[in-house]
Amino acid sequence: MSLAGLAHPLADSSAQLRVLNDHTPRKAFVQALAESGLAPLTATGITVFQINVGKLCNQTCGHCHVDAGPDRREIMTRETAELCIAALERTDIPTVDITGGAPELNPNFRWLVEQSRSLGRHVMDRCNLSVLLLPAQAGLAEFLAEHRVEIIASLPYYLEQQTDAQRGGGAFAKSIEALSKLNALGYGHEGSGLRLNLVYNPVGAFLPPAQHSIEADFKRELGRRHGIVFNSLYTITNMPINRFLEFLLRTGNYERYMDKLISAYSPAAAAGVMCRYTISVGWDGTLYDCDFNQMLDLSVGFGAPAHIRDFQLASLNHRPIVTGQHCYGCTAGGGSSCVGVTVGEQD
Amino acid sequence: MAGYYHEEDLPRFSEVGKNAPELWQKFSEWYGAVFAEGALSEREKCLIALGVAHAVQCPYCIDAYTQACLEKGSNLEQMSEAVHVASAIRGGASLVHGLQMRNAAAKVSM
Repeated sequence: MSLAGLAHPLADSSAQLRVLNDHTPRKAFVQALAESGLAPLTATGITVFQINVGKLCNQTCGHCHVDAGPDRREIMTRETAELCIAALERTDIPTVDITGGAPELNPNFRWLVEQSRSLGRHVMDRCNLSVLLLPAQAGLAEFLAEHRVEIIASLPYYLEQQTDAQRGGGAFAKSIEALSKLNALGYGHEGSGLRLNLVYNPVGAFLPPAQHSIEADFKRELGRRHGIVFNSLYTITNMPINRFLEFLLRTGNYERYMDKLISAYSPAAAAGVMCRYTISVGWDGTLYDCDFNQMLDLSVGFGAPAHIRDFQLASLNHRPIVTGQHCYGCTAGGGSSCVGVTVGEQD
Repeated sequence: MAGYYHEEDLPRFSEVGKNAPELWQKFSEWYGAVFAEGALSEREKCLIALGVAHAVQCPYCIDAYTQACLEKGSNLEQMSEAVHVASAIRGGASLVHGLQMRNAAAKVSM
């Protein structure tokens, strides 16, 4: 069950911010930015229109930064989805990145894909894989292939034990079945034009390995053990918010993990963080600098329009970014974003 | 003092260099170079370090290289095998001294 469903104190974003800001005095993220010559952090022009269509998910993963789950009911309405498409239509933003929860469970998901594609935009679906096997989602994989949707699929490890430890019992077997189905449709095969990328995130309180290194391991092991192919693997650092924050605090790993993130701060990674080229739309139409800020209820600031109905690209393209201590999660080591590292190895 | 080893001492390792900064500097540079990607990958080097950490029974090293192995993408199966390799060498190193025992016994026996 989600933290919200359990009425856990950390379900309140302000409680999470209190932990992040007050738990132990640490170097402020804004100070790290200043020492890198990056303060104030500003957007460099929006190239990704990320839509979070809600917190409903068929899984309850232990690290989820959204605190998503089957018990969550926050979901984007058709009216808000239409506002997204209307805003998108007034821009030339090339990429639409649809996330959740399990975004496919939103009844407007397929409509959003169709509309975005009809506007000529590249569409990415952040997929948990198991959703493709739900009886109610029959034809979903075929729909994604038909609309040439790029799939970004979560798979924290190439072995069952680690994957199930994070995503729940049986998640690995379902993931392999779904990946096989996608491969059969052409996904992940070079030259097919159907891109299938996997997402690795650490199964615990440690940083991810070098992206190129773990990608090679995934390709070798998934190919050898299960005959699975895919295009790229993205490494994502676990963000110390929501369920992963609860895990860190419950297991006594919080202090050490934050120290690790801060000591691994990289100016180069900070310069490439995704909030600089992304606008994130929440399920209720509120605008955020990124999906993590969204989960902490930190909407765009500094006078930028904060709701999709007021979307103005010119006012958002070079906006100052709202930052906090959680931002160290995106700037450690090689950096972390929805498309993996932020320095050196990106596609 | 509750015990000789303290988890919070691990991040203080560099304090060892306070009264011998030049030696610490040389050690740090050498250490960094040793663990850089080379003929062996960083991950392979971390697995070796994990095995050696068990052989020398250093709790700081075990803690540090357990984390490091996970951060290089290794899993518990691989890490457990590394510990067994180190343990087998330790066990074998003891056992092979049985030849010393046999030689010594043979020398004084009729």
